[in-house]
Amino acid sequence: MTDTPRKTGTTRRGVLKGAAALAGTAAFPAPFVHAQERVTLRYLSTAVNQSPAIAEKASEDLGIDIEYIAVNTDEVPRRVITQPNSFDLVDSEYFSLPNLVPSGNMKGMDANRIDRIDDLATVIANGTVDGEQVGWDGTAPHEVLYLENQDSTTFATEPTEWITLIPTTYNADTLGLRPDLIDKEITSWASLLDPDFAGKTAILNIPSIGIMDAAMAIEARGDITYGDKGNMTRDEIDFTIEKLIEAKRAGQFRAFWSNFQESVNLMASGEVVIQSMWSPAVTAVRTQGIPCVYQPLKEGYRAWASGFGLPRTIDGRKEDAAYEFINWFLSGWAGAHLSKQGYYPAVLETAKEYMEPYEWAYWYEGKKAEQDILAPDGRLLEEAGAMRDGGSYAERMGSVACWNAVMDENQYMVRKWNEFIAA
Amino acid sequence: MTEASNSVTDTRTEARQDRAPARGRTSTRRAGAALAPYLQAAPMALVFLLFFVLPLAATIVVSFWQYTHYSIEPAFTLQNYGDIFSGCIRDLPELCTTFRTYISTLKFGLIVWATTLVTGFTVAYFLAFHVRTLKVQVIFFLLCTVPFWTSIVIRMISWIPLLGRNGLVNQTLMSMGVIDTPLEGLLYSDFAVILAMTHLYTLFMVVPIFNSLMRIDRDLIEAARDAGASGFQTLTVIIIPLGRPGILIGSIFVVTIVMGDFLTIGIMGGQQIASVGKVIQTQMQFLQFPLAAANAVILLAAVLVGVWALLKLVDIRKEL
Repeated sequence: MTDTPRKTGTTRRGVLKGAAALAGTAAFPAPFVHAQERVTLRYLSTAVNQSPAIAEKASEDLGIDIEYIAVNTDEVPRRVITQPNSFDLVDSEYFSLPNLVPSGNMKGMDANRIDRIDDLATVIANGTVDGEQVGWDGTAPHEVLYLENQDSTTFATEPTEWITLIPTTYNADTLGLRPDLIDKEITSWASLLDPDFAGKTAILNIPSIGIMDAAMAIEARGDITYGDKGNMTRDEIDFTIEKLIEAKRAGQFRAFWSNFQESVNLMASGEVVIQSMWSPAVTAVRTQGIPCVYQPLKEGYRAWASGFGLPRTIDGRKEDAAYEFINWFLSGWAGAHLSKQGYYPAVLETAKEYMEPYEWAYWYEGKKAEQDILAPDGRLLEEAGAMRDGGSYAERMGSVACWNAVMDENQYMVRKWNEFIAA
Repeated sequence: MTEASNSVTDTRTEARQDRAPARGRTSTRRAGAALAPYLQAAPMALVFLLFFVLPLAATIVVSFWQYTHYSIEPAFTLQNYGDIFSGCIRDLPELCTTFRTYISTLKFGLIVWATTLVTGFTVAYFLAFHVRTLKVQVIFFLLCTVPFWTSIVIRMISWIPLLGRNGLVNQTLMSMGVIDTPLEGLLYSDFAVILAMTHLYTLFMVVPIFNSLMRIDRDLIEAARDAGASGFQTLTVIIIPLGRPGILIGSIFVVTIVMGDFLTIGIMGGQQIASVGKVIQTQMQFLQFPLAAANAVILLAAVLVGVWALLKLVDIRKEL
């Protein structure tokens, strides 16, 4: 549903300017004229990650135009592998890396050119929060963060100077629910499979994420203890799918969804009262005036992280511009902008500088909002006195149990997942 | 409309008469005349070749290739076909995923064919025999295209308030006292899929059937009535047999579209109902192109068999 490429930055004036520049180049083919041309970066990612405000601000601050190419979650790696020339910068999920890096279409990023490389959030850089290790099940970002060298197609086990993806956003996902339609206390992922909610739950039809939600629920119910639920064996996959089919045949699920907007519609219409959700989707339901809670659970969160990568083909001014844009992205304004939508940014310190103290306290410290909390576009998100679901950054990211994953047995898993859908 | 088709035949006869005296002229002209039909057909043939035959050939070739999770490699292997049908024979009589998916898709094909045929024929009959003026016919035709005026995204959202648990239909039924608890099966069910498909695809039945019905010589109907046939007899003995080509063309349209449809099934079925198209889509998303290609080839074969069977019923070239 989000496949339509969205272009920003093409205004009439821009076109005129471009035309003028073109005419200028034709008349005086001097190199300095060339150097003045603005660079356009084609930015490939899901629509959720593409904020027009960020493109606008970057264009203002850097003179770099951002052209968004919006596709859905599964389409991002497919584009990287099949059409590596069709973008200059990709914002990809870390869990896609085990597929992307061996293809040789990604270029290691030079850590020395990233100003704030040492300030990256520790949960991404080494899988810890405040020195405490979080859950590493699945494709934990620090396991796929470094390459042996720039053109390497395998991951390095130790930190190196070559980075796969520089984090843009990450978060911890959990179950979203409609408190007005549920009269039970929800404390566990097992509630996703609770027969009391038969016909009123939903899960994602994106296998890499859906299987993790299912695994959290099935393990929470006590049916199985996985070795590594993010890298299941064939037997574990069989068991998981079997349990899912059982639940499906018993009418547990109302629907499956595969993009952001679908999950919002299902929740807002009351078709579904409890489901795995993405944080901004909960916000979207709430801004419609419908109560929706992002419920912390005792088993912890399923985390995800997304980051900037470069295609193998990028070089010259485009590459310089990409580094410039990434450095700008980490310098605070974008981080603050994303924080106010409920995401976490790569560098916390710089984002803090661009946020009001009361905003920081609400979003990061788990404190009561001293004033009304507004979204970046000025809409009211929470009234004064509200607290963020799940509490502070350390509480939320510190309770991560697993990460979205591509398993070694991915092909088998996808086949079994199709059986589940067909069952 | 009858006048229109008459005038077409008139022009044809004129054209034939024109050509006759030309026969004796120079040989270049004759060569040009012989070439003309090919040139006329060339643009379409070229489009077909470039955008249909070549991609199809590529699909068939790729279906025999090997793949990893990030690449596809030229090879000649039957592995992909084997994977699709793995366990299908062994597990009989229990149906494997592939068989179940195809049966489910076929089921929708048959049901939607039946519903669109009944509604489509009724509408076409009404348009052809009860609406007198061309203008009104055109207006009604436009009304038939209403489902195509909105995008699938809008429709997807708009079905929820209508058929949903708290939707208009459920609320109406409950306030009328017909039901106590909301009907869950209205949305995200087989029923919803069939409803949406009928709503979408009936037009593909209406157009060809209407065209066929308009070609029926009204004198035949009058003659039937004079000979004492009842309305029903006229329908079954005169109108339906003569409308067969339209029914057939409409059926081919509907069956082929439904067999490949995964968006409507996905959205109205809450993505819980399998369809071959959806399986292919998932495989493409996970870069299992050869597997997806193999599935596409099988689907194509299945649809072709269906079309072939339909063509066996009516000699379409004779009837047109």
